Amino acid sequence: MDAETGAVAIVPEPPPAPVRAAEPQGGGAHRRRAGRLVARYVLLTFGAVVVLLPLYLTVVNSLLPTTQLTRRPPPFFPAHPQWRTYATAWDQGHLGIYLRNSAIQTVIIVLGQLVTSILAGYAFAFLRFPLRRVLFVVFLATLMVPFEVTIVTNLDTITTFGWYNSFAGLTVPFLATGFGTFLLRQAFLQIPRDLQEAAALDGYGHWRFLTRIAVPLARPSLAALGVFSFLAAWNQYLWPLLVTGDNNHIRTVQLGLKLLRSTNLQSISVSLAGTVIAVAPLLVLLVVFQKQLVRSLTAGAVK
Amino acid sequence: MAQVHFRGATKRYGAVLAVDRLELAVADGELLVLLGPSGCGKTTVLRMVAGLEEVDEGTIVIGDDVVNDVAPKDRDLAMVFQSYALYPHLTVAKNIEFPLRQRRIEGEDRRRRVAEAAASLGLTELLGRKPAQLSGGQRQRVALARAIVRDPKAFLMDEPLSNLDAALRVQTRADIVALQQRLGTTTLYVTHDQVEAMTMGHRIAVLRDGVLQQVAPPQELYDRPANTFVARFLGSPGMNLVPASVTEPASVTEPAPGGVPAPGAAPVPVGPPGDRVDLALAGGRLALGGEAALLARKASSLVVGVRPEHLAIDPAGALGARVVIVELLGAEVQVVCALDDGTQVVVRQGADRPRPAAGELVRLAVDSGALHLFDAESGVRLAVGP
Ligand SMILES: Nc1ncnc2c1ncn2[C@@H]1O[C@H](COP(=O)(O)OP(=O)(O)O)[C@@H](O)[C@H]1O
Ligand SMILES: [Mg+2]
Repeated sequence: MDAETGAVAIVPEPPPAPVRAAEPQGGGAHRRRAGRLVARYVLLTFGAVVVLLPLYLTVVNSLLPTTQLTRRPPPFFPAHPQWRTYATAWDQGHLGIYLRNSAIQTVIIVLGQLVTSILAGYAFAFLRFPLRRVLFVVFLATLMVPFEVTIVTNLDTITTFGWYNSFAGLTVPFLATGFGTFLLRQAFLQIPRDLQEAAALDGYGHWRFLTRIAVPLARPSLAALGVFSFLAAWNQYLWPLLVTGDNNHIRTVQLGLKLLRSTNLQSISVSLAGTVIAVAPLLVLLVVFQKQLVRSLTAGAVK
Repeated sequence: MAQVHFRGATKRYGAVLAVDRLELAVADGELLVLLGPSGCGKTTVLRMVAGLEEVDEGTIVIGDDVVNDVAPKDRDLAMVFQSYALYPHLTVAKNIEFPLRQRRIEGEDRRRRVAEAAASLGLTELLGRKPAQLSGGQRQRVALARAIVRDPKAFLMDEPLSNLDAALRVQTRADIVALQQRLGTTTLYVTHDQVEAMTMGHRIAVLRDGVLQQVAPPQELYDRPANTFVARFLGSPGMNLVPASVTEPASVTEPAPGGVPAPGAAPVPVGPPGDRVDLALAGGRLALGGEAALLARKASSLVVGVRPEHLAIDPAGALGARVVIVELLGAEVQVVCALDDGTQVVVRQGADRPRPAAGELVRLAVDSGALHLFDAESGVRLAVGP
């Protein structure tokens, strides 16, 4: 889209588009295209504002001195940005340790989900075994069950295993995912069976075919799953709250933010600064994996 | 290198009998073409040899070993898939060396083999590309290179040319024949294209609905088809087949009802009458003598077969027919005619011969030495042709 719209917007006279017979005049087609373009831009701009404005205001407010926070209308640009709020948030909120905890938790969950989804997705796509269909439907059915429904049982299980207040308790319930299994099964099904059979003739068993051929070919889906599970894991609040008790060496950054807010009632800027710090890794991730995300979301439509 | 031997090999998919008690021996170093229409079980035969499908009954022998229970990788075969089955994320070089990696062929030896295979198929310049950056013909050659790089016991090729355009197909056909000849590797080659089969195969095995019809060298298959199916399937177009009944020879051949009267030129049989019969078919009568007559006498009803090139438009011909359409093929002309009962027959003649017009009534002369007789019931060949 960029290339197309960019050409029309910047190049003074774009090469004339082939005129369709239905259209009365060349100029009509042109105008219609330009109109569509404007409409598209208006929509995108609206979307961008809705998504980005709260984020922007958060950043602005995190830099305002307390005195200006209550001003109406709120300032749209910090005249004297108070960078100190970030240092304060970092120190008072112990964000360093909380970020570390979140990172550990998230990496374990993401890797776990990738590994289990690859293995299960491959099995459903390439192996023949009894009850394959039934099992797959059961996997899919787990997508319909909200996590909240299973919270009590999971908490019970975790406690029984003695995993309360530990990374195991924080992560194990999330190591497998019906969504990821489904996503990778679909990706693996796109791989022609011929490839697997050709590899089999050359002596490549399932394991080697999986690692040498199937996984490299499913990279876009893997990246998408990685990003999705990263987002979900990083943003968890309820479950960490339930299983971490008061152990600061386990608690995640979302819990840390809550604490920061309750201990810093007088300075909203500081808790907003903490929020920005907690969100930063996600922003970096989204920017880095933007392409893969878009590709995996449109994969079905394009192919 | 090795021979491949099918002994009653059978494959069922549920109720579908895909391959029915196949008895076939592919000789060491032979290029045997498995020919038949789509869905007749050709791919299934290859997959059974490769070990990608289990054999339900019977055995398959490669070299001296029954391989029914041998894993695909231990059969030492190379297969060229119809889809080529190249790995999209690997370069041409990596694709070609893929079979070597798993067999612990490494270092200099591996490099040399990949280079040789690539060179023999003209791929040296393309070694660094990915399959997506290749044309159909180039991909096909990469698939071939991947097959030859390992020097397997046999090649299995499943319609490797079907995705190429016509000109490239002719070229690649010749390349594969030359390659096979040079390597001398036993090859089982599957196609539904009879021209491909005729031009490439040392022998051709014709398959229909999972049942082997005939195995023979191309010329013999063409000249002496074992049944009406093979007769129709080979040649473009296939053999003309017309139902006929056996009668005592008429002293004077009558003009065909509705046909153009032949000015006294119909062949009148001579010699002892016991040796001769007449075949009555739509459009006229054909006189038979000798061995053919004896064979014909035994059958109650027959199908007469004659190749298009053994029919000629001739005012003295024995059969009356109406021209349906005249097709120009450059050096040749195909005249499609309809007999009285609507049975269509094709006459092939040189482009220099006078051409009839569509709708015209003509007489067809039959080269009686080139007649094929088949049993009407079973379709099985009764007498030999030329
Ligand atoms: N995996 C399968 N499951 C069920 N039927 C199959 C399968 N593979 C092939 N068949 C059937 O077996 C017959 C032979 O198929 P195939 O060997 O692919 O034919 P060909 O290669 O000659 O076109 C066909 O009737 C086909 O429908
Ligand atoms: Mg096939």
